[in-house]
Amino acid sequence: MTLAAKRATTAYIFLALPLVFFLGVRFGPMIYMLAMSFTDWGLLRKELHFVGLGNYKAVLTDPVFLKSLGNTARYAIFGAPSVIVLSLFVALLLDLIPKGKAAYRLIYVLPYITPIVAVSWVWRWMFLQPPLGVINTILMALGLQAKEFLNSPQQALQSITAVNVWVEMGYCTTIFLAGLQTIPKEISEAAKIDGANSRQVLLKVTLPLLMPITLFLTIMEGIQFLRIFTQVYNMSFQAQGGPLDSTKSAALYIYQKAFTNFEMAQAASASLVLFAIIMAVTFLQLKFFDKKMGY
Amino acid sequence: MKSTNVRPFKPGVALAYVILSALSVVMIFPFIWMVSSSLKDATQIFQMKLFPSAPTLENYRHLLFREGSKFPQWFLNSAIVAVSTTASVLFFDSVLGYTLSKFNFPGKNAIFLLIVSTLMIPTEMLVIPWYAMSRALKWVNSYWGIMFPGMISAFGVFLMRQFMSTIPDDLLDAARVDGRGEFMIFITVVLPLVTPALATLAIFNFIGNWNAFLWPLIAASKPRMFTLPVGLANFSGEAGSDWHYIMTGASIAMAPLVVVFLIFQKQIVKGIAMTGLKG
Repeated sequence: MTLAAKRATTAYIFLALPLVFFLGVRFGPMIYMLAMSFTDWGLLRKELHFVGLGNYKAVLTDPVFLKSLGNTARYAIFGAPSVIVLSLFVALLLDLIPKGKAAYRLIYVLPYITPIVAVSWVWRWMFLQPPLGVINTILMALGLQAKEFLNSPQQALQSITAVNVWVEMGYCTTIFLAGLQTIPKEISEAAKIDGANSRQVLLKVTLPLLMPITLFLTIMEGIQFLRIFTQVYNMSFQAQGGPLDSTKSAALYIYQKAFTNFEMAQAASASLVLFAIIMAVTFLQLKFFDKKMGY
Repeated sequence: MKSTNVRPFKPGVALAYVILSALSVVMIFPFIWMVSSSLKDATQIFQMKLFPSAPTLENYRHLLFREGSKFPQWFLNSAIVAVSTTASVLFFDSVLGYTLSKFNFPGKNAIFLLIVSTLMIPTEMLVIPWYAMSRALKWVNSYWGIMFPGMISAFGVFLMRQFMSTIPDDLLDAARVDGRGEFMIFITVVLPLVTPALATLAIFNFIGNWNAFLWPLIAASKPRMFTLPVGLANFSGEAGSDWHYIMTGASIAMAPLVVVFLIFQKQIVKGIAMTGLKG
């Protein structure tokens, strides 16, 4: 055997087990699920029958699934831009201050690395009605009106979104700040010598240079909010996505279909619909930013 | 001009400090309120006091040392799952990263693309077939059942390959001329050069697996197999208005991460920045 052939053999030996893993635990299940979405698959059923697009028809005409898709869209539309704008603003402030960057950043990252289950329950506790909830107590001490937060179909989704913005902010701020620090100071100084004021430097130099990072984070956060599950599970009464399904996300709907009702085939179809939506949104964002960046 | 301590007063900078400090309070207050609540007993829990008038560790004793409490078991389960998956990921991902950056063989790029493309498939979809698979293979309610999806990380493969491709081939060839075997070269030459990447991967995997919720929730139905987040969710759902216990449980679930965070804060911040800039 030549040396090259020997090394190739070594490589294949190293790769064999991991390839079995990726095919068996990622691709295989995905294809299996796609196939099963066209059958009447259920955990308690013995025989399988082909039902065509029946499951897709069933979930796409289920008002609860449509409502959960609408809620998911609202999580993403309110949540992702809020995280991006807020964390960009905070990163610009951090870039401005001469001392204490690391300490502030540390505090902001803390929510991102702690278990979502734990922080969800902490917020649920803080969101309670007066006189039990600390946030309402503070609001009333400031002379403001108490809010219903998680108890109200109008406010619950916004409250959960706000918590997730609080969780994700440290992550995005850290990445924005790292990006800001890679921009050579000479560029903005040159612009200033040419007579540009700080605002022009920000709008014409800094923000365009941050475009690739903004794109990356917008896509990541979009996906993050479209997949929202743990927060909703832990912050709604008995993990039902209430009140009145007002916080139920598509991921929670799929979970309930599969693991409470055991309608696996319908859950599979619903999750493929969600997957298609995530892919389409990601693709559209790429397209949109492609135009903006001009290359 | 670094030696001068006198700075001109800039109102913009001062305002930045004010905003950043106010925001810090918002970011950290929930944690303080959680710990504060965990130090109150049932009679004090609804008092709006940041510093409990009679702080007590009784809640921690109740959850950690009382006969019949499941928290110690859940803590142990989480530790087993997080440590085992992290060890497995470190081993497989570094071997894969090395193979995919320093070996030449037909199909190399296709295999790399195949692995990285799995990053696009969200866990939320895979849990359904994973559960069917676990039932068929009798993996439900076992450590292996909870851990198997996380034994290799596609992101880690990507990360390790990036780092290992920066190692000069000459260095490896020199070691080969010395007559060292391929595996020894990997252990003695390659791994020491990528320890920062290994550390990042280890920390993030540990955090991710410690915090994981959806799959452990499905993979374990018996309380003795719950991980800490699943146990906490279940416990809290049944605790009713015993908020002093819920906040104590949340503090227990968070404690190991805060320790990891304080020890490895530099690597964590660098790691987050790395995922953003390389992605």
